[in-house]
Parts: sequence; C-alpha cells; structure tokens
Amino acid sequence: MPPGLNGSQNGDSEYLLEFEKPLAANRRHIVELEADQTGTGRDHSGEIRNLRAQYLAQLKKTYSNLSAWQTVQVARHPRRPLAGDYIERIVKDFVELHGDRTFGDDGAIRCGLGRISTEKVAIIAQHKGRDTNEKIKCNFGCAHPEGYRKALRVMKLAEKFSLPIVTLIDTPGAYPGVDSEERGVAEAIAVNLREMSRLRTPIACLVIGEGGSGGALGIGVGDRVAVLEHAYYSVISPEGCAAILWKTGEKAPEAAEAMKITSRYLKELGIIDEVVAEPLGGAHRNVAEAAANVERYFVRAIRDLRRFNLDDLLQHRYERWRKMGKVIKLQPATQVENA
Amino acid sequence: MADQDTFTPFQYVPMPDGPPVRKKRDMPDGLWMRCGECETMLYRKVVAENLEVCPECGWHFRVGAAKRIRQLSDPDTFEELFDDIAPDDPLAFKWCGQTYAQRLRDEQDKTQSTDAVITGISYIKGRRVALGVMNGDFLMGSMASVVGEKITLLIEHATDERVPLVIVGTSGGARMHEGALSLMQMGKTSAALARYDEVGGLFISLLADPTTGGTTASFAMLGDIIIAEPNALIGFAGQRVIANTIKTELPAGFQRAEFLLDHGFIDRIVPRHELRSEIARLIDYCKA
Repeated sequence: MPPGLNGSQNGDSEYLLEFEKPLAANRRHIVELEADQTGTGRDHSGEIRNLRAQYLAQLKKTYSNLSAWQTVQVARHPRRPLAGDYIERIVKDFVELHGDRTFGDDGAIRCGLGRISTEKVAIIAQHKGRDTNEKIKCNFGCAHPEGYRKALRVMKLAEKFSLPIVTLIDTPGAYPGVDSEERGVAEAIAVNLREMSRLRTPIACLVIGEGGSGGALGIGVGDRVAVLEHAYYSVISPEGCAAILWKTGEKAPEAAEAMKITSRYLKELGIIDEVVAEPLGGAHRNVAEAAANVERYFVRAIRDLRRFNLDDLLQHRYERWRKMGKVIKLQPATQVENA
Repeated sequence: MADQDTFTPFQYVPMPDGPPVRKKRDMPDGLWMRCGECETMLYRKVVAENLEVCPECGWHFRVGAAKRIRQLSDPDTFEELFDDIAPDDPLAFKWCGQTYAQRLRDEQDKTQSTDAVITGISYIKGRRVALGVMNGDFLMGSMASVVGEKITLLIEHATDERVPLVIVGTSGGARMHEGALSLMQMGKTSAALARYDEVGGLFISLLADPTTGGTTASFAMLGDIIIAEPNALIGFAGQRVIANTIKTELPAGFQRAEFLLDHGFIDRIVPRHELRSEIARLIDYCKA
C-alpha cells in the first residue's frame, strides 16, 4: 500500500480532520474503483494510479504547509501514535517500573528499562491512552505530581547504572486538579527541572504529540530535545491563551499561530535541536515509518552523547539551556532613553 | 464524565456562575484607601509606614518590586545589577489589535522598569545577599526571556560570589507573548540553581501574593528554605482552569500560603514585619 493510504481499510474517514475533507472524495473514488476491479475484474489500474498520484500530491501539498492550528489537530489526532505505540515498536524487552515510592503509580507517565537498537536505556514516556478505559487509567496523559516523582526516581536509577535516558513527551499539561496542587505538582516539576539539568547520564527528549507547558518540560530537560514534525510545544494551550488574551477559547487558532508553537518555529527560536520527520500526512498514516524515524533519532542522539565525558556532557547541557531566550542588551545611552 | 473520549483539559468553558473571584487588593491612589479585607478606611501614609499591611486586620497588600526592595534592604544598600537587559519581541506577537512591542513600552512607562524583575546586591540586617524581586505590576509579574535571564545572571553571580540568594516571587507565571521561550526559562533558572546548590549556596525563596504557574514550578519552589507571606496565593494551575476541569467548587483557602503549609510545601509563613529578621537569622544558621 502506498504511503498515505494506510488506514483506509479501517474505514477511518470519520477521523479525517476538517482541513483534510477535500481529500475524502478522491480517496472514496479510489476505494470504489479498487472494489469494482476486484469484484468485476475490470481493469482500472491506470485510473487508480492517476488518482493515487493526485491524492498523494494533494496530501503532500496540504501537509507541507499546515497552519499552527492544523498542526495542533494533527498532534491531537485520535489515531496519532502514542508513547505506548513507539515503545512497542522500538523498545526491545521493555521492563516497566512502577510507582514513586511515596504516594502512588501514575499511569500518565510510564517508566522502564529496555533496549533501543543495541543501546540499553531508561525510558520515561507520557502516555495518553487509546481507548476510553486506557485514557482514564492514564488520565488522558495529564500527570499528577507522583508521575513526575516516579520519572525522577527512574532517571536517578538510570544515572546510577549509567543508562542513557530517553523521554517521550505527549501531554496537554500536568493535571490541573485540587489533588495535584495538594501534593505539590509545582514542586515536583521544579525538582525535575533542577535534577535533570545535572543527571550524570545522557538525556534525549522527543515531543511526539502535545508538548503542553510545564507538564511537558517536567520530563523535557535534556542534552538533545527534538519534536516530531507535526507535534507542538507551547507555554500554554492555545485554548488557554485565547481565553486569557482574546477573552474566548474560540480564538485558539489565532493564539496557536501567535505563539509560534510548530516545529519549524521552535527550531528557528533555538528551543529544539532538531525536527524529526513524519511520514507523509502525519505519523498516524504510517506508524511503522514514524517509529523508525523516532528510533533513528534516539539511537543517533545516544551514540553522539556517549562520546562526551560526563563533565563535558553536563557543561554542554548547561550551556544549551543557558542560552534559551532572547533579550536585548542595552547600551548605556539607550538605557537613559528607556528609563 | 459523559464525554470522556473528547475530554481535553484546559479547554475554556465559560462558567455561568464563575469561580470565586477575589476582591481587588491593589492599592488605589489617593490619600485614603479602604482595606479590601476588613473594609476599614485607612490613611495611606499609615499603611505605607506599616509596610503596606493593614494596621487593623493585618491584611498584606501587594507590594511592587521597588518598594519591596526598600522594605527588605538596609537603607541605601541595594545596588542594582543587570538592568541593561531588556525585552525583545521574538515572536512579533499580536492579539486583538494589540502588539507585545507596544504593550512592553506601556508597561515600561508605567513601572519605570524594563521588565518584571529587579536584581542586585543588597544587605539585610548587615548580611550581604543577592536579591531578586519580581514585579507584579509589570505584565502581572510574568516570566519571559528577561526575567529568566536576569534571575539566572543573579544566581550565577551568587554562585561566583558565594553570597546567599533571596528571590521574591510575585508572578502570574510564564508569559504567553514570548511563547515557548518563556517556558524554557523554567529550565534555565532551575539549571542555574543546581549549580548554586553544588557550591553550597543558600537560597531563600520568598513567596508573595501571587506566585503561580511556571514561576512556582521552577525557581520559586526550589528554595533551600521557602517562606511565604500570610494568605499569599501560591499554586501551579490557575483556579479557573482547575474549577473548569474538576467541575466542582474549590475548597476554602485553596492555594493559599496556609494551605501549602498544611500540605508540607513551604517551611514557614512569615508576616512582612518579621521578614528581615527572619531572613537574617536563617542566613546566620546556614552560613558559618
């Protein structure tokens, strides 16, 4: 099956995003012709080939120029591969480790040990859950403090045994609930930021879907940080930003655009080190290819980071984070003018 | 939850009744003012002499950065550092016919400050400290590149000079107008604190009303000792967002300093009058 057409056997037309609707007619036509060809033996292969070429061209055109809001839709696509899907495909002999040894076991962040290619690693992954039951178990990927504390516990284990750490980031944000605040979600995230900055082992992070604010950053301080092509990373959800600045959540598309949350801008702003390509039409259209790209990124990052001695590694990590932000240094004369 | 499959937190759902909205506590202009808590009419000068605390009921009014520095420091000892760091507009951010660039200029005119934090070296009861004070009057004390940079420079300065570090958080969290660059300041400041920690530096984090969002979830919660002013709002998520997510009323006193003390996340609540002596004492205990 050519790329971009996977999934049609699952009758996923209901999952076509609003901006993909123009593609639907074309695809329906292909499916009809294929069915006719199988049923009646008539030869439509020429026409099907043409339509497929058209379809792919259309898909490519649509996806090469997604707006910020369209990107958010893709990042939240119900079929988008989740951390669990990547773990299943690229981590061999995954041994999950549970619990923060203090309060509980948070399903929103899955931790464990395993091998990626030939590399032994610790994996920290935000998992949203696929079906309703799993979503509830994972709290829709919104971690409580115990999730961040479990992550840190496993990361310290990794440090102790010199295992590189890989993190898969995919969360709308840390859970905004009373219990979350009671158990100190802000403290849990803050401690992770500080400790990750000095863990004496390589850390490679990848945003695979939603990089929702502090909840994402809480497992996102690494030597390398990348995002998948159609993932996003944002200081606040587009809806939240719109509610505050535009006074209505309906302006989320404008907010998404204004905050420059897409991979291209994140790279330009120096927030991420690289963009990991997705298959044509988004990771959900070819999970195997997406997983292969993710695996390649991690393997390359780990092997690259392993070359450094730990003091240099930590120095580079500090410098990487130290240069975040954009400020103007005033000359003494301008200062007076500004004051 | 009927619509679990489509549930996404943080979606803005207008609440017909609205969450409990706090009375405005800002200081009105004029000779007289009314305490928002006990509603007593107060002579402003008396309130100012009382460190912006209501002499009747002890309510702590919010204090701007410059005033806070005067309150905490020995007279004329504060020496400002890094005041040459000014904000840029890296995203060319616009909303509702407004621009971030213009908003910055307005806030700068209003506060006579380049951004939402003032940093420097000061003395508290004779103890030399690196002092950073966030300014709640500047875009709600939000943290973007300049706040992150100046706080980080201050931490690095304290690391090099081996002086105790005091940072006063008064902040609405990470600033949206600089997007993910604001978010990354959380990582930057926390990384600097790790290094400060490694040289044995003492960091006293003082949480004033309000300290929320990305500020709380980074340096503000990383104090060796964390003290808060009475009744200060301290939290991560905004109350409206939480109320919209859990669809029930928030408990009384939620995210107040006393609530955090009860739940074990701050060391002490210290009234404003005692801050100087308390900080000095803590420094003496932690420094040879």
